[in-house]
Amino acid sequence: MAADFNWAVGGEAGDGIDSTGKIFAQALSRAGRHVFTSKDFASRIRGGYTAYKVRTSVDKVQSVVDRLDVLIALTPRTIEENLDELHEGSVIIYDGERTTMQDVEIPDEMIGIDVPLKRLAEEAGGAIMRNVVALGAACEVAEFPIENLDSALEKRFKDKGQKLVDNNKEAARAGQSFVAEEYDHEFDYDLETTDEDYVLLNGDEAIGMGAIAAGCRFYAGYPITPATDVMTYLTGRIERYGGHVVQAEDELSAINMALGAARGGARSMTATSGPGIDLMTETFGLIATSETPLVICNVMRSGPSTGMPTKQEQGDLNQMLYGGHGEVPRFVLAPTTIAECFWKTVEAFNLAEKYQLPVYLTADLSMAVTEQTFTPDTFDMDEVEVDRGFVVDEADIDGHMSESGGFQPHEITDDGISPRAFPGTADGAHMSTGLEHDEQGRRTEDTDMRVAQVDKRNRKVETAREREDWGPREFGDEDADALVITWGSNEGALAEAIDLLEEDDLAVRVLSVPYIFPRPDLTEDVEAADDVIVVECNERGQFANLVEHDVLARVDRINKYNGVRFKADELADEIKETLEAGVEA
Amino acid sequence: MSSDIRFTDFKSDKQPTWCPGCGDFGTMNGMMKALAETGNDPDNTFVVAGIGCSGKIGTYMHSYALHGVHGRALPVGTGVKMARPDIEVMVAGGDGDGYSIGAGHFVHAVRRNVDMTYVVMDNRIYGLTKGQASPTSREDFETSTSPEGPKQPPVNPHALALASGATFIAQSFSSDALRHQEIIQKAVEHDGFGFVNVYSPCVTFNDVDTYDYFRDTLVDLKEEDHDPTSREDAKDVILDSEKEYQGIIYQDEDSVPYHEQHGVDEDMSVIPDGAPEGATDLVREFY
Repeated sequence: MAADFNWAVGGEAGDGIDSTGKIFAQALSRAGRHVFTSKDFASRIRGGYTAYKVRTSVDKVQSVVDRLDVLIALTPRTIEENLDELHEGSVIIYDGERTTMQDVEIPDEMIGIDVPLKRLAEEAGGAIMRNVVALGAACEVAEFPIENLDSALEKRFKDKGQKLVDNNKEAARAGQSFVAEEYDHEFDYDLETTDEDYVLLNGDEAIGMGAIAAGCRFYAGYPITPATDVMTYLTGRIERYGGHVVQAEDELSAINMALGAARGGARSMTATSGPGIDLMTETFGLIATSETPLVICNVMRSGPSTGMPTKQEQGDLNQMLYGGHGEVPRFVLAPTTIAECFWKTVEAFNLAEKYQLPVYLTADLSMAVTEQTFTPDTFDMDEVEVDRGFVVDEADIDGHMSESGGFQPHEITDDGISPRAFPGTADGAHMSTGLEHDEQGRRTEDTDMRVAQVDKRNRKVETAREREDWGPREFGDEDADALVITWGSNEGALAEAIDLLEEDDLAVRVLSVPYIFPRPDLTEDVEAADDVIVVECNERGQFANLVEHDVLARVDRINKYNGVRFKADELADEIKETLEAGVEA
Repeated sequence: MSSDIRFTDFKSDKQPTWCPGCGDFGTMNGMMKALAETGNDPDNTFVVAGIGCSGKIGTYMHSYALHGVHGRALPVGTGVKMARPDIEVMVAGGDGDGYSIGAGHFVHAVRRNVDMTYVVMDNRIYGLTKGQASPTSREDFETSTSPEGPKQPPVNPHALALASGATFIAQSFSSDALRHQEIIQKAVEHDGFGFVNVYSPCVTFNDVDTYDYFRDTLVDLKEEDHDPTSREDAKDVILDSEKEYQGIIYQDEDSVPYHEQHGVDEDMSVIPDGAPEGATDLVREFY
C-alpha cells in the first residue's frame, strides 16, 4: 500500500473549517487520489473546537488513523487537541500575525510554518479567503499540484461569479509562493496524482441518492444531527424526480406524514436519530399492523437522552429491534460502508414493499459525516431494481374480495403477503388501522382472526428469511482461527486493521453483518473459530449479545463508547491484545 | 367520477357502536352527503381518523381510510394529500385528538394550508374513557378527573386557527343536518385547509353542552351582519365568549393551497421499475 497522507484544518466553529476541508478533499479526489474524511465537531454554531480531517492515498482508504502529517491550525487549541496525532516532522501551518496565535508554541520536533494568512488574503481581495491561502500553503508543503485546488475552488464558488473564483485562486497561490520563498525546506511529502475519476460523498448523501434511485417520492423529517444531511440532500433534488420534502413540526408528525404518503402509494421515507426514533416509536406498531411499507432511517449518535449529539455511537440496536409496545414485525438493515448506504437504501425500499412492513435503515454518525471516494460505477443506476411487491389494480382486484364484496388488504395467504390497492383503484376502498382487524381491515376481537392475523404478519418475516439473502460480507483469511464479527460502519477500520495484523503474521477472518433482523445464522462460523471477537461502538455489546443468543456460545468483545469511531491502527492493537489474552487464558 | 354516487355508498357494512343519540351520527351523515354532493366516490376518497369515539368514523364510513395513532391524524392526511393530489382527503377526530394531544399538529396543518378538510367532532368531553375533561370543556365542568371543574379556560380552536393563518374557519352543529352538510361541503370545496369544528353532543357524559343547549343558544352567522372574507369580523366572532355560532366564520377566497405553492402535483404512486430517468446526474454531482 502506498504511503498515506493525513491532513487537517482546525479552528473554532464559524471559522469555515468544514468548507475549507471539503475543498481540499475535493481537490485530492479530482487529482485521482482516494480520500477518507472525518470531522471533530461540537453542538454549537460558533466557538469551541472543530476540525476537518483528510486521509488520502493513491490506494483505497477506508478508515481514520492516529496520525497527522500536516495541520492548518487557526487556534492554539487546534494544536493542543491534536498533540497525540502529531508526530516528529509534522508540519503546522498557522498565522503568527493573528492575535491569538502570536504566542503559540510549536512543539520542538515539529515544523512550524508561519504564514500571514489574513494579510495575504486581504491582498488577494478579502480576509475571508485566509483559509484558502492556507490551502495554497498546504499544497506547497505536500508537493500537491495547485491546479487541482483550482478545480475544487471553481466547483465551490462558480455560482458566485468568476471574479470570486479568480480571487480565491490568487489567494491560494499567494500562500503557495509564500511558503516556497520563505521556507527553504525539503518536506517529506509528494502527493502524486493519477488519472482515476472518483466521486466523493458521505453516508447521508449516499442514503439520499439511494432513496431517489429507488423511486422514493416523499420525505418528511425534522432536523436532527447527524441525520439532517439526508433531508438537506433531498431538498432541491427529489423535486427533479417528481418528489417532495416536508420539514415537519416534529418527529411524531414526520413519521405520520411519511405513513400517509405510503398509504397513498408513494415510496416514502423519514430519517432521524435516536431521540427522534423515541418519538417515532409511537407510530411504529401502526405501520406494522396496517402493513404499510415505510423506510425509517436512523443515523445513530451517542445517547442516551441528548447524550453527545455530535459523537459516534451504535447504541440504538436494541431500540430498533425491540422498540414499541406489543410484538411488532420489522426489518433492521445496517449498511457497513458509504457505498452500501446507497445500495441498502434501495434494498430497504424493496423489502418494505415486498413484505409490507417498516424497515429500519441504520447508519451512524461517523459514516454519516464521513466523505469517501468511490469510482462512479459503484453507483451504477442501471443496476437499480424496483420491486413493488404484491400490488393489484382494477384488472386483478376481483380475486381478492370478500364474500360480501370488500377488498381484502389483509388476506390470509400462505406466504403471509396480501394484496395492496392504492387509493383511486376501483373497488379497492378499505380501512387500515392500528386495531386488530379482519382480512378487510375492519376492527375485530374475534379470537381466531386475531391469531390468524398475527401469524400472517409473522409469516411474512419467515417468507423473507427464505426468499432473501441475509448473508454477511466476508473478508480477511477465510481459514483463520480468529474470527472478528462486526456490524455497521466499523467495516472500513476493521478491513485496514486486518491488513496491519497480517503484517504481524496474525491471520483473521472478518464477517461484517449488514442485516440485524433478519440476520445471518453465524453458528457454524463461530463454532469453527478458536477465538471470536465482536467489535462495536457501544458499551453493552448489543450485537455481541445477539450473536451469543443465536449460537449459544460466549464471544469476546471490543467495545468503544467514548464518542470516537474505531481507528484502524488502534483496532489492530486491540484485536491483537484480545487474541493474546485469549491464548493465555 | 360517476354522477350516480349516493351518500350511502360512503357507508360501510359495520354498524356504529356510538351511544344512541350521539352527535357523531349526524356529523358523519353530513360528511358523507358533502362528499357525495361534491362528486367524490369511495374509491377516490381517503378518510383519516384519530382515536376516541370520533376515531371510529373510519370504520363506519366506506372509503380508503386510515385509523391512526391518537392525535396524529392531520400529519397522516398531509402525507396522503402530498402523495396523491388527485385524492379527496378528509380528516376527522375529536376535540381531544385535535386540540390536546394533537394541538401542535393542528397549528402547523393550518399554516401549511394543505387542500383537505378537517372535521373536529367537538363534544367537550372525553367520552370513550368515560367522562374526563377535554380541552374544550368549560372551566367549571365537573368530571371524574376535575371534581371542581378544570379551572382553566377552554382552548379556542378558531382563535388558534386564525392566528396560524387559516384560510377557512367554520363551525356547525351535527343536529342541524342541512346546515351542517352545507358547511362541510363548503370546506370540501375550499382550495386549502377547510377547518370545521362541529358541535357533536355526547349524550352520556356531558349534561351541560347538550342538544338543547346548542339549539337554544346557537346563532347562525348567515343571519347576522357577518362578512366571512373579513378577518376583523372573524376575530370578533371568535373572541366573543358570550355566544355560540355556526356558519362560515372566515374564508380567504384567494387561498393558494400547499400543493400549488410547492408545485406538488404528481401522483407519486406511479414510479418506474428502475432508477428514474436522469438519476446518473446525481452521481456526477459528486465529482
